[in-house]
Amino acid sequence: MKRYDLIIVGAGPSGLSAAIEAAKRGLQVVVFDENERPGGQLFKQIHKFFGSKEHKAKIRGFNIGKQLLEEATELGVEVRLNATVIGMYMEKEITVKREGEIEHYKGDAIIVATGAAENMVNFKGWTLPGVIGAGAAQTMMNMHGIKPGEKVLMLGTGNVGLVVSFQLLQCGCEVVALADAAPRIGGYGVHAAKVSRTGVPFYLSHTIKEVEGTDHVTGVTIAEVDSKFQFIAGTEKHFDVDTVCVAVGLSPMSQLLKMAGCKMEDNPKRGGQVPIVDEYGETSIPGVFVAGDVSGIEEASSAMIEGRIAGVAASEYLGYIDEKELTEEFEKNEATLDGLRQGMFAPKNRRKLIEKTEEGCEISTNLLKYGFVADNEIERYPGVTRKAGIHPVMECTQNIPCNPCQDACPKGCIKIGEKITSLPAVDETAQCIGCGMCVASCSGQAIFLVDETYEDEYASITLPYEFLPLPEKGEKGIALGRDGKFVCEAEVVDIKSVKAFDHTNLLTIKIPKEFVMKARFYKAK
Amino acid sequence: MNSVNDRNRDIGEYIPAPDDDMLVCRCEEITKGEIRRAVHEGMYTLTEIRRYLRIGMGLCQGQTCSKMVKGIVARELGVSPAELEPATSRVPMRPIEMDVFARERKEA
Repeated sequence: MKRYDLIIVGAGPSGLSAAIEAAKRGLQVVVFDENERPGGQLFKQIHKFFGSKEHKAKIRGFNIGKQLLEEATELGVEVRLNATVIGMYMEKEITVKREGEIEHYKGDAIIVATGAAENMVNFKGWTLPGVIGAGAAQTMMNMHGIKPGEKVLMLGTGNVGLVVSFQLLQCGCEVVALADAAPRIGGYGVHAAKVSRTGVPFYLSHTIKEVEGTDHVTGVTIAEVDSKFQFIAGTEKHFDVDTVCVAVGLSPMSQLLKMAGCKMEDNPKRGGQVPIVDEYGETSIPGVFVAGDVSGIEEASSAMIEGRIAGVAASEYLGYIDEKELTEEFEKNEATLDGLRQGMFAPKNRRKLIEKTEEGCEISTNLLKYGFVADNEIERYPGVTRKAGIHPVMECTQNIPCNPCQDACPKGCIKIGEKITSLPAVDETAQCIGCGMCVASCSGQAIFLVDETYEDEYASITLPYEFLPLPEKGEKGIALGRDGKFVCEAEVVDIKSVKAFDHTNLLTIKIPKEFVMKARFYKAK
Repeated sequence: MNSVNDRNRDIGEYIPAPDDDMLVCRCEEITKGEIRRAVHEGMYTLTEIRRYLRIGMGLCQGQTCSKMVKGIVARELGVSPAELEPATSRVPMRPIEMDVFARERKEA
């Protein structure tokens, strides 16, 4: 039986982060993962991440995965792939299925970072081919380059449902609608808004009544539900689709911890069965730690920090560092983690209706219900100002832990301040030069450059554009509003794609002046 | 023994529902009606339901259906899903061929 200082189960964001911290401190570390590629879900994430620089914000998920893997490999971490940990026993022994055989390993410490599995829901026809999980859709699109279907209905408006809907649009699928049984959109408003402005409708308080088809999906019927989640007769809506994508939450994959004898609890706020852990992620069994979604569903950015904390704590447990270093590292990481756990979507605010931002602006009710901020609501936010000449308009309307825009502006036009969840505000004293760095840096694609004095009768809007093919300069198309509906004719006057924008193209369109606060998306005719 | 497991508690008659024929565990092809009936036949815990119906013991090892089964059983018993003891976790955590399970790698 081979022995290691530290065994980590799962090579996702938290597992790799833990491995890096432990290997840095001299531990001999091995990471097992049942998949053929490391990185967990990171390699399926093609969007830019939220957070701050320290959390690798505005870097696309798969690039974060690459960075973590390189760092771990350089530090001498062994990453074993296609290696399924099938059992965990007393005395920190595990069994691994690899290459058709069973191997035994023993660690002086173990970090379980197995992540989570997708939830499913039952409705008539849920077993038909064409009903897929959002994770499967991402695997098909972003790992294998396969289009999951032509016409898709998405069930679920959490961040996964919103992000995957946008990716489906990017890969050329028609997303007919997003439905959610909850009365309000669950994910970030900016994610919803970027789907909405392409013209996809949201149906809140709606769920699937039936998926139709004999040997594959040919259609779906959704209907409205009341406050007790019972269908309201006569509210049915039918869509012809070939794919129904389900994104209804995640459950921690905590079975290994349970079988090893860790104390567990059923905690709906954390997503299901989770181990009871202390602030370092240590379970009831000394030397067995956890990090990431396995101990409560959160974002990948928090998972990476939890991983670092567990990696440092395992080093201290094994005597590689002293308690002083542990405390120092912990306090540093805990502060960032705490920053990420603030704002409207913080774990403590889950399922709570928040009516005002920290700044005292009313939250857009239209955004929560229909996926876009209404024209009469948008000007109440500090990022939305009007003045002569080119300037940024930041349609960031909820307190989320994210601040790359503040550092992106070379002229200091954008202020967020110390508190990472604050809404961005315009610094009226600074002069915008129209470079577009803020537009490309916004992970929520919520920043636009607006020039109301572009020409006598016309204004220009520079918007983030992540679709192919790119329109050509001089092309005439239509401008869509936040609601995805026709606003006016538009002409493409500029397209910028530079390396610093990291594949977010900046499209500048020219539109009649009166539509300057309405037009937010461009569509070819 | 917690109150959920109290077999003397009256949970009422099994009342057929229109969606009783819906598959819940697709690996073992168990329907919602079969689960609901099993509760009324005296299977109050997830472990019992599992042994009685083989639910969650197929290819996916309950990864897909266990949360849904929990919801159905809880509703039938009139309790919250969090009150039900989850089914036991055992080795192997993933489905595995006996041929592989029995093949221990020889130390080099």
